[in-house]
Amino acid sequence: MGEYRDRKKENQERLAEDNEANEGMDAPLPPHSSSRERLWRAFENPHTSTMALVFYYVTGFFIAVSVIANVVETVPCRPPKGAVKDLPCGEKYQLAFFCMDTACVLIFTFEYLMRLFAAPSRCRFARSVMSVIDVVAIMPYYIGLVMPENEDVSGAFVTLRVFRVFRIFKFSRHSAGLRILGYTLKSCASELGFLLFSLTMAIIIFATVMFYAEKGTAGSTFTSIPASFWYTIVTMTTLGYGDMVPNTIAGKIFGSICSLSGVLVIALPVPVIVSNFSRIYHQNQRADKMRAQQKVRMARIRMAKKGTANAFLQYKQDRALGDRHSNSTALCVKNRSAFEYQHNHLLHCLEKTTNHEFTNEMNYSELCITESVGYRTSRSTSLSSQQGAQNNSTGCCPRRARRRAAMRLANSTVSVSRGSVQELDTLKSTSIMPQTRSSLNAQMSDLKLNCGDPDFTAAIISIPTPPANSPDDSLPPSPAPIPGILRNTRATAYTHETVKISSL
Amino acid sequence: SNYLQRLEMTTVCHRPEGLDQLEAQTNFTKQELQILYRGFKNECPSGVVDEETFKHIYAQFFPHGDASMYAHYLFNAFDTTNNGSIKFKDFVMGLSILLRGTLREKLEWTFHLYDINRDGYINREEMTEIVRAIYDMMGKFTYPALKGDVPQQHVDAFFQKMDKNKDGVVTLEEFIIACQEDETMMNSMQLFENVM
Repeated sequence: MGEYRDRKKENQERLAEDNEANEGMDAPLPPHSSSRERLWRAFENPHTSTMALVFYYVTGFFIAVSVIANVVETVPCRPPKGAVKDLPCGEKYQLAFFCMDTACVLIFTFEYLMRLFAAPSRCRFARSVMSVIDVVAIMPYYIGLVMPENEDVSGAFVTLRVFRVFRIFKFSRHSAGLRILGYTLKSCASELGFLLFSLTMAIIIFATVMFYAEKGTAGSTFTSIPASFWYTIVTMTTLGYGDMVPNTIAGKIFGSICSLSGVLVIALPVPVIVSNFSRIYHQNQRADKMRAQQKVRMARIRMAKKGTANAFLQYKQDRALGDRHSNSTALCVKNRSAFEYQHNHLLHCLEKTTNHEFTNEMNYSELCITESVGYRTSRSTSLSSQQGAQNNSTGCCPRRARRRAAMRLANSTVSVSRGSVQELDTLKSTSIMPQTRSSLNAQMSDLKLNCGDPDFTAAIISIPTPPANSPDDSLPPSPAPIPGILRNTRATAYTHETVKISSL
Repeated sequence: SNYLQRLEMTTVCHRPEGLDQLEAQTNFTKQELQILYRGFKNECPSGVVDEETFKHIYAQFFPHGDASMYAHYLFNAFDTTNNGSIKFKDFVMGLSILLRGTLREKLEWTFHLYDINRDGYINREEMTEIVRAIYDMMGKFTYPALKGDVPQQHVDAFFQKMDKNKDGVVTLEEFIIACQEDETMMNSMQLFENVM
C-alpha cells in the first residue's frame, strides 16, 4: 500500500512536470497568435527568440548587480577627509548607490509590468510565487521614495531594506537547480514538519530539565526556561558555542544526553529530504532528455515524410520511363534499399486499392484546372501513360515476391517488422477492395473521346462507379473480382487506347 | 489518464516472456524472434508501443495523407488485450498469424481487423470507416481528384460481392468463402510467405 502511494505521488509529480513542460513547449506558435501571446511565450521560453534571450540575460545581470550593490553598500570604506570613524560605503557614495538601485528597480518594474500585461490569466499570475517575489523585491524602493526622511519611521525603513535581499530569489527563473530545491522543500513539507515538531518537543523537554538542574548555581546563565532554549538548540545541533555551559554534575549529565539525542532527532528526517531531492533532480534530467529525444524524433519524422513523398513520385516516374523503353522486369530491381523497395510497393498497392494515384501539389492544381476546362494537357498524357505503364507491370507483384525472398532482409530488421506489418495490411485491404483499374481506364478513355463535353467534370466524378455504368461490355460481368493485381491483358489494351487518344 | 499511461510506460521497462515460450506460441524460430525483437526494441526502447508511437511510425510510410485512423484500427487489431499498448508478445503473435499462419487464420485475423466492435459481423458502418481511413492515407493530391463519396461507393461494391445472403452484414464465414473464391486474393496471400 505504501509503495502504491509512493508510485502515485511520483506519477503525479511527473504529470505536473510534463504538463508544465508541455505548456512551455517549444512547439511552433499557432499562426494567428496575438502579440500578447507571443510576449508571454518569449518570457516563459527565452530561447525561442533572440530578443527574449537578450532580455533574459540583461535581467539576470541586473539582479546580480543589485544584490552585489546591496552587499557592498555595508562594507566599511575609508572615511572621507576629516572624519575618523570608518563609514560604510553606502553612505560614502550614497548618490552612486542610489542611482544603481534606481536603475535596477526600473528594469525590474518594467519586467514585472510586461509580464503582468502578457500573462494569459492575470489573477493566477499575480498569485504565483515568482510574481510575489518580484513585488517584494521592488516595493522597498518605492516605499522608501514615498516615506519622508523621518526619524520615527526610519527604523521601519531599515527593516524594509532587508527585503531587498529577496531579489536574489529572482534568480530562480534563471536557474533550474534553485527551482528544484524549492520544489523539493515543498514536497518534503511533511518530513520537515515532523522534524520541526520533534525538535520543538525535545527542546522544551531538555530546556526545562537543564533549567531546573542549573537553578541552584550562582551566576548561572540559565536564567529562565526560554533562555535555556538557546542552550538546547545549540547543543542538539552540535554547534556548541560555549556561551552557556552547565556547571552542576546533573546539568552536565543532562547536557550530554541532550547532545546525543539531538544527533538522532536531526539525522532521521534528513536522508528522506535528500532522497526526495535526488529523485526530483533525476526526474528533471529525465524530462529534459525525453524532450530532446522527442524533438529529434519529430524532426526526423518530418524529414522522412518529405523525403518519402518525393521519393515515391520520383520512383513512379522512373518506372514509367523505364517501361516505355524496355519491357523487362528490371524495374523491379533498382539500386534501392530493400526498405525503400518495400515502401514503394506499399504505396503502389494503396494506389491500386483506391484506384487513385499520388501526385504532388503542382500536378494536382494543374489537373484541377484542366478538368474544369475540359482539355487534356500534355501533363495528363504522361500520367495516363504512367497508368498504362503501371498496368503493364502488374505482373510485377508475384515477381516481386520472388525478389523479396531473394533479398533477405536480415540486414534491416526494422524494415522487416515495420514493412511486413504495414504491407500485409495494405495487401489485405487491397485484396478486399472490389474495384478494377480496368474499369477506371474504360471511363477515362470515354472521357477523352468527349473532349470539350460539358459533362466532363461529371464524368470524372462518376469514375469509381461500379462497372455496370460503363458502356464497354468487355468488362467482367461480376461487380468486380477482388484484385490486388490487375488483369494484364485488358489493361494493356486500354493502355494503348488511352495513349493513342490523348496524343490527338 | 492518457498522460499517466504514457508516464507509466516510460518508467517501466517491459521485458518479453522467455524465448522458449514465445517460440512455442508462435510459428517463428528463436533466431527469427531475436531479429524481430532487435528491430522492435530499436524503434521502441521502452519495450512497448503505445498508440501515439504506432501512429507516428505508420505516418512515415504514408507521407501523402493521414494514416492515423488506419493505424488506430491496426493498433487495436494487434492489441488483443485492449490495454492501449502493444508488447512484443502481442506484436509477434500478430506477425506469426499473418506470415506463418494457415489461410483460415490469416483471413480470420483480417476479419477481426475490419470488425471494429468485435461483434462477429462487419456491418456497413464499420466497413465505411475502414475504407475512409484507407482513402485518408491517399491524401489530397491524387489523380484523378477524389470527388463525391468515393469510399461509400467502394463499400457498396464490397457488400455486393461479399454479402451472400444480403442481410446487410458480412459474417466470418461469408468473408472467408468469398475470399477463397477469388484467385487474385489467394495469390496475394502467398506473398506473405516470403517476407521474412
